[in-house]
Amino acid sequence: MTTDTLPADTETVETAAPARPHYRVIGTRPVRPDGVEKVVGRALYGADIYLPGTLYGKVVRSPHAHARIRAIDVSRAAALPGVKAIATAADLPLVEDKILVTGEGSVNQRYQSMNTLARDKVLYHGHAVAAVAAVSPHIAEEAVALIEVDYEVLPAVIDVRDAMAAGAPVLHDDLRTAEEGRKLDGPTNVAEHLRYQRGDLARGFAEADVIVEREFVTATVHQGYIEPHATTVLANADGQITIWCSTQGAFAVREQTADILQTPISRIRVIPTEIGGGFGGKLTVYLEPIAALLSRKSGYRPVKMAMSRAEVFAATGPTSASVIRVKLGATRDGRITAAQAELIYAAGAFPGSPVGAGAGVIFNCYRIPNLQIDGYDVLTNQPRAGAYRAPGGTNAAFASETVIDEVCERIGMDPIEFRLRNGVREGDYRATGPVYARIGLRETLEAARRHPHYTAPLGGPNRGRGVASGYWGNWDGTSSASATVNPDGAVSLSEGSPDIGGSRASMAMILAETLGIDVTDVHPRIVDTDSVGYNDVTGGSRTTHGTGWAVYDLGKKLIAAMSQRAAHLWEVEPEAITFADGVFSCGDHALSFKELAGRLGEAGGPVMVSTTMETTGAGPGFATHLVDVEVDPETGKVTILRYTAVQDAGTAIHPSYVEGQMQGGVAQGIGWALNEEYVYDQAGRLVNASYLDYRIPTALDLPMIDTVIVEAPNPGHPLGVRGVGETPIVPPAAAVANAIYHATGIRMTTLPMSPPRLLEAILAKES
Amino acid sequence: MTSRVRVEAQINGDPVEFLCEPYQSLLEVLRDVLGLTGTKEGCSNGNCGACNVLLDGVLVNSCLVLAPEVHGHEVTTIEGIAGSDGLHPIQRAFLDHAALQCGICTPGFIVAARALLDRTPHPTEQQVRHWLAGNLCRCTGYDKIVRAVLAAADTMETAR
Amino acid sequence: MQAFDYVRAASVEDAVARLAASGGQAYVLSGGTDLIVQLREGRRSARVVVDVKGLPEFGDLSYDPDMGLLIGAATPCWRIAADAAIASAFPGLVEAISLIGGVQIQGRASIGGNLCNASPAADSIPALIVHAAVCEIAGPSGRRSLPVEEFCIAPGRTALQPGELLVRVFVPPPAQHSGAAYLRFIPRNEMDIAVVGAGAAVTLDSHGERFVAARIALGAVAPTPLYVAEAGAALAGQPVSPDTIAEAARLAREAARPIDDLRGTAAQRRHLSGVLVRRALERAVERARAR
Repeated sequence: MTTDTLPADTETVETAAPARPHYRVIGTRPVRPDGVEKVVGRALYGADIYLPGTLYGKVVRSPHAHARIRAIDVSRAAALPGVKAIATAADLPLVEDKILVTGEGSVNQRYQSMNTLARDKVLYHGHAVAAVAAVSPHIAEEAVALIEVDYEVLPAVIDVRDAMAAGAPVLHDDLRTAEEGRKLDGPTNVAEHLRYQRGDLARGFAEADVIVEREFVTATVHQGYIEPHATTVLANADGQITIWCSTQGAFAVREQTADILQTPISRIRVIPTEIGGGFGGKLTVYLEPIAALLSRKSGYRPVKMAMSRAEVFAATGPTSASVIRVKLGATRDGRITAAQAELIYAAGAFPGSPVGAGAGVIFNCYRIPNLQIDGYDVLTNQPRAGAYRAPGGTNAAFASETVIDEVCERIGMDPIEFRLRNGVREGDYRATGPVYARIGLRETLEAARRHPHYTAPLGGPNRGRGVASGYWGNWDGTSSASATVNPDGAVSLSEGSPDIGGSRASMAMILAETLGIDVTDVHPRIVDTDSVGYNDVTGGSRTTHGTGWAVYDLGKKLIAAMSQRAAHLWEVEPEAITFADGVFSCGDHALSFKELAGRLGEAGGPVMVSTTMETTGAGPGFATHLVDVEVDPETGKVTILRYTAVQDAGTAIHPSYVEGQMQGGVAQGIGWALNEEYVYDQAGRLVNASYLDYRIPTALDLPMIDTVIVEAPNPGHPLGVRGVGETPIVPPAAAVANAIYHATGIRMTTLPMSPPRLLEAILAKES
Repeated sequence: MTSRVRVEAQINGDPVEFLCEPYQSLLEVLRDVLGLTGTKEGCSNGNCGACNVLLDGVLVNSCLVLAPEVHGHEVTTIEGIAGSDGLHPIQRAFLDHAALQCGICTPGFIVAARALLDRTPHPTEQQVRHWLAGNLCRCTGYDKIVRAVLAAADTMETAR
Repeated sequence: MQAFDYVRAASVEDAVARLAASGGQAYVLSGGTDLIVQLREGRRSARVVVDVKGLPEFGDLSYDPDMGLLIGAATPCWRIAADAAIASAFPGLVEAISLIGGVQIQGRASIGGNLCNASPAADSIPALIVHAAVCEIAGPSGRRSLPVEEFCIAPGRTALQPGELLVRVFVPPPAQHSGAAYLRFIPRNEMDIAVVGAGAAVTLDSHGERFVAARIALGAVAPTPLYVAEAGAALAGQPVSPDTIAEAARLAREAARPIDDLRGTAAQRRHLSGVLVRRALERAVERARAR
């Protein structure tokens, strides 16, 4: 590891054996291949596609949180000059139950159809009811205002506790609670009750010297990607549909759209544009099936649709509000004896909150002999919960990691020492079952303890330091890619994992490393669904791991194919060719990759390889974060003074983008901790659907975010890679809460820990 | 019915003439009429900075400018930041410092940073953060963006 | 965006005539940072917007230590903040003006717009009130003046009559041994609307130990920016001390009539009113003593 090339803010920690191989490209920081077009404004994102004759689509959305649709009258809109098509749920086929795995959970296609355009009932404020295509955005907007929907307004329920109560308004009459493989009787808003159990809970708590039990409440928050959802769709009279869109998964868009429209999947081609952020929010379709309907109904003209910011907040996947109870017992010498958690997560309008993932995060950092975790997936009159970076993890860790801080305080133990004593290592069971292979939690804890931040003076009153750790499981999935060798020796790489944060750089580096060529001689492209094999979504922190593995495999195949060409050229058997340090050789013959590429014409012709693989072995990611805060006791405002994030990346391919993931996750976690929340009025309408009042952090709200990359190579990957994107959002809320406690003596149990909430707690404590 | 407005302006140094609806924003005209899609829409109400342009050298949100207002004025968009010789030092610094992840906010940040360094060639970190507070980024946590702008200031100083 | 026409006013008289003829369907456009958002979101509706930025008086910006400060209604905030002489004479006013949005909003937003938008939370208005600023209004029957504290009459509504528009704002020169400050509380450090804003201006005796006069105003705690005359009056003639400042802060807190909304709670706002008035007074005193 070449630590001397890293900027001053970063420390890279090599962990004990086995020694990492020497890499030539991996671990360096080349400029990303798609960089120049992004800094000059040439890169094309979802809203940047303009086709001749394009129509503009707009959506009619429900002003109510819960209502029955009695009638929709489109006649006035249809009569408006310039209006070319109008669509409602009546234009959608009925869709049967079908579960699709998205990499961050799953979606039922029947519900996806109901979410695309409301059929009988609107289930949340902002639910799409109808859509219009017109010759200009302005006319489309006017037409939207002319569509009259007759609603019978129904009582709405936003809070999960209210939704579980007897007599609560029920969203879906046919929903029954799934529990232990069976369905319970009677209409309900509880879609699922899941449970993990181990050991003897009562005995475990009886062994404890200290037991801490607390209830936590967290608000609904949004991914907040800067690019609103946007698509252009062209349906042809022959049944072909072409979709340009900003998505985390072109193949996911294809399958979901095919299901919702009941159209053969092969007739749909999805061309992914650049994507302006997603964080899990762009795994499912919203506009694409609607635009396809409008394109068909308008005489097969292209239809462009882009959401406003208000629509993004009101109608696309936020992540779950939650109520979480945690009880944890430990001995005086710092050993966890038992832990119990109950997680209630808001699913929004359709089943599928990330409560299962939250149940995985809540205790997976620790060895716990006796435990029970109960999770409830509960419907509310909110937009369907989407995935958001380590879905369900931040709220779960907020609960468990603050309870652990309190246990440490009660037994008088350093919080890192406590975590080291209980932290999982290779061979331990996860709370949710499987056994860990090599993992890096302890390395992150040790690096955090060694970091100067941990022992630096706080430097003033009303300041406190917080510690928290976090886990994310990471995902494998399927990746495909192909590569061709150009006569100048450069390799064109076609992949199908949308690049949301620099993955083209990592893919180019992996291929360059494997082939012994310069990284600038790899030209990666994200291509459409007809031009590469199947790829799962960019999600679950899987891309550098899974697609990276596919690209590594491509490299091996390219070497084999090029060896054959060299053998042809030198008239020897392919087995006689050796490849080392980028050079093919046999006896006195030797050609670099580049030289051989220039002679393929005489060596048997062009070289192209492809691969498709379902990987296994995604290693879990662990992090430990340190934060210093200052609290203004007169206003309740929290200032983040210093932040250090330590994380195991397995092998950091491009350290700058690993750091970037860590810093970005921390920033989102801080926003979640301090200010971000959906605010509803009495009728269940969202009242802060703007960046003005949904307050994501600005540059002035954050300090530099120091990073320490730990490398405990993942044994489940040929290069030791483990996903890094999601883990860093898990610890921040807990770390900040713990810091606030140490600054004020107040345990905050509600997110966000916004000024009015903290002020109220401070004033209550003073009086 | 409203009547369309003819507008003459200098855009990225070129004389440009266009027709627009009186209620169209500069952002809409740049993108939908003039094909300058480097200017992005993130919120269309002045809260994210993705649509930043320079209007007579002053940083503004193009979503909050009516297109007819630019008649007789000069507009600089992200497409006009680089010289004919390649990249502006700020653009180069964004690449070298990995100051972008998804890149949707990047044009707005670069235009804003250009306005800052035109006015304050040697900003402190706090000045950079204050100046860029009207530009939202959800990917980076701003760390590498702030470093890139500070580095660009150094590079531009060396070049002077 | 709703459809409306755009016209450039040829003169003040032309603008007055267009406004008078519109039946309330015309809006004056200066920086547009509030108006364009409201038109786009349908919170206001217009048949025509009248752009006054080209009119000479509307872009005025002049300061004379004897005559005071004259600000055209459409002068963008960044020009005011960039003027060193103005920043030095009116630090409290300039800190308020500089808080209106981020840099790109500063490039367009104006004092005139901040007043005419008549938000209870407008940052510049409490600061203008404590500086005893006066609005210059043009209308069908000529010009008139109005103290700034009388300009806003309800959320989003001003004292402007049909056909009237705000032309300039006049701020008297600061007295000797005077100082002012404006503070607001927001959850983030930028890009938020004030949960509470507090302006304070004080004139001290030549020793800097006794208040000669004081003016205090609050934002976001009532339907309009609130001039709290009694809190300032309570300081006149009193020594500068934590107790007298605390008493003025208490009076301001009592005067506040806040509500719960998505940006804050009534209890939080009442509490912050006292805290911010105290802090603003302390800062104003510091500035008065330094002058």
